[in-house]
Amino acid sequence: MARYILKRLWHTVYVAVGISLISFFFIHLSGDPVLLMLPPDASKEEVETLREQLGFNDPLAVQYLRFAGHALRGDLGVSLVHRVPALDLIFERLPASLELAGAAMLFALAVAVPLGILAAVRRGSLLDLGSMLAALFGLSMPHFWLGIMLVLLFSVHLGWFPTSGRGSFAQLVLPALALGLSLLAMFARLTRSVMLEVLGQDYVRTARAKGLRERLVIGKHALKNALIPLVTVAGMQFGFLIGGTVIIETVFAWPGVGRLVVQAIFSRDYPLVQAAVLVLAVLFVLINLLVDLLYVLLDPQISYGGGS
Amino acid sequence: MLEGAESLRLWGETLRALGRSPGAVIGGGLLLAILATSLLFPWFTAADPLAQDLLARLTPPCWQEGGSLAHPLGTDNLGRDVLVRILYGSRVSLFVGFAAVLVACGSGILLGLLSGYYGGRLDSLIMRVADVFMAYPFMLLTISVIAVLGNSILNLILVLGLSDWVTYARTVRGSVLSIKEKEFVTAARSVGTPNRVILRRHIFPNVLSPVLVLGTVRVANIIIWESGLSFLGMGVPPPMPTWGRMLAEGRVYITDAWWLVTLPGLAIMLTILAINLLGDGLRDALDPRLRNIPR
Repeated sequence: MARYILKRLWHTVYVAVGISLISFFFIHLSGDPVLLMLPPDASKEEVETLREQLGFNDPLAVQYLRFAGHALRGDLGVSLVHRVPALDLIFERLPASLELAGAAMLFALAVAVPLGILAAVRRGSLLDLGSMLAALFGLSMPHFWLGIMLVLLFSVHLGWFPTSGRGSFAQLVLPALALGLSLLAMFARLTRSVMLEVLGQDYVRTARAKGLRERLVIGKHALKNALIPLVTVAGMQFGFLIGGTVIIETVFAWPGVGRLVVQAIFSRDYPLVQAAVLVLAVLFVLINLLVDLLYVLLDPQISYGGGS
Repeated sequence: MLEGAESLRLWGETLRALGRSPGAVIGGGLLLAILATSLLFPWFTAADPLAQDLLARLTPPCWQEGGSLAHPLGTDNLGRDVLVRILYGSRVSLFVGFAAVLVACGSGILLGLLSGYYGGRLDSLIMRVADVFMAYPFMLLTISVIAVLGNSILNLILVLGLSDWVTYARTVRGSVLSIKEKEFVTAARSVGTPNRVILRRHIFPNVLSPVLVLGTVRVANIIIWESGLSFLGMGVPPPMPTWGRMLAEGRVYITDAWWLVTLPGLAIMLTILAINLLGDGLRDALDPRLRNIPR
């Protein structure tokens, strides 16, 4: 187990290095940030002096190594636009992104799992067909359009919820619903298909033959096995969500990391983009590691020890 | 080995299975209708998606009071016809969606074949790079690259396609790992058949089924991503109408003109729904394991 965790931590390190390399070189090709930092009428000498001061005249490899060295000491640079450490800005915005992603995920799982189980148990019923058709529609709607539709209905016409911002529960409802509905659709379909597969297995047939009550068969034998793929997908989706809420954050003016990075990309704020992408990617990998470890709790047959 | 008559028989069987699935028939029919309309409508109307009629600004759809048949789905803030813009937008979305999937499929299949067949260091390298791409926040990657390269249709196709190669590569690699141990491959190797011939003639045709299902699902995702990028102003450059940009522009008028934010989104949803229905049918037809689930 310890060996496995060490291996996965090594995986996190090389992914972080890879991510920082990609973002560093791509972002540095996008233009000269010094021109953005100085007034349009700045002289050539002023531009050159500032470039020298910030180290932008050094070869890219040197600039990257300098960035990596500082990163190892927990210093991911200073935002060129906000003039504060990039990491401070990210940690200031991260709770908002986590709150939105967490609320969407909770809502989706709370509805999708019971719905998927019911649809599988009553396969072919009206409930099954209706919920799976609804799930198909849910999967087909871009979440930002759904967000706009929710604003149109619940904010513009009914006046029940505010259109934007963060701070109250009412402000969380619409963005979390918009993000969560497509997840709900995905999880409901997944739960149904995994449950169908599990319900056809010998051990479930044996449990039924032993005379166990149906509720116990489903709850104890089927659901526990069906949870493994569900946890994998939910974990990955949560990782994607933290960095993937960019458009929803824009629609609802939600002050999360995604919106911060998009603004940073437009203003060529290199250190902020690098730092944010790095933090989001490492979070993604760590969440996946956690999910892997959760398997052990869900299925004691899975072992990460010495190649078994 | 799936060759000649056997391969044809299997594809025939798949098509028959698709024909028996109501979802696949409805989805396939709807997608064909959308594709045909998108490709053929300029032959039947000379309407210009950029033509402005400032006297008819924000005209509602024809079934609403104040609407007219001259603009069946209404007009936007510059008096441009919403129906014509949605139809032109469909060409962009479908073209970008299918072309990006071809790029992703092509690169993913090639890397997956090499990684799975040759194994060793090449496999490690490709899979480690895949890990990095998997962890990279996709939307931020595409936005960063578009910010660097500039927004054009070609850049959008390349960025969306090359960002999405990982899923194909991993799927193909998995299939190759099991196929390369099969007797027909070891037999071909033992008589001295060159590796590239084995890859092309014996392995490649056998990894196509999962790629086909995956490709169908990913077209839907790419169309959603393209509209999302257009919504953020990072998609196909103006003045070409796209569904995402129509939504972004319409959002300003959400209180006065509901059709500007509703109808382009409905167009996206119908297209994605058609693709998803077809994808579901295709998966059921090509995956015998799912077909045999007891009722």
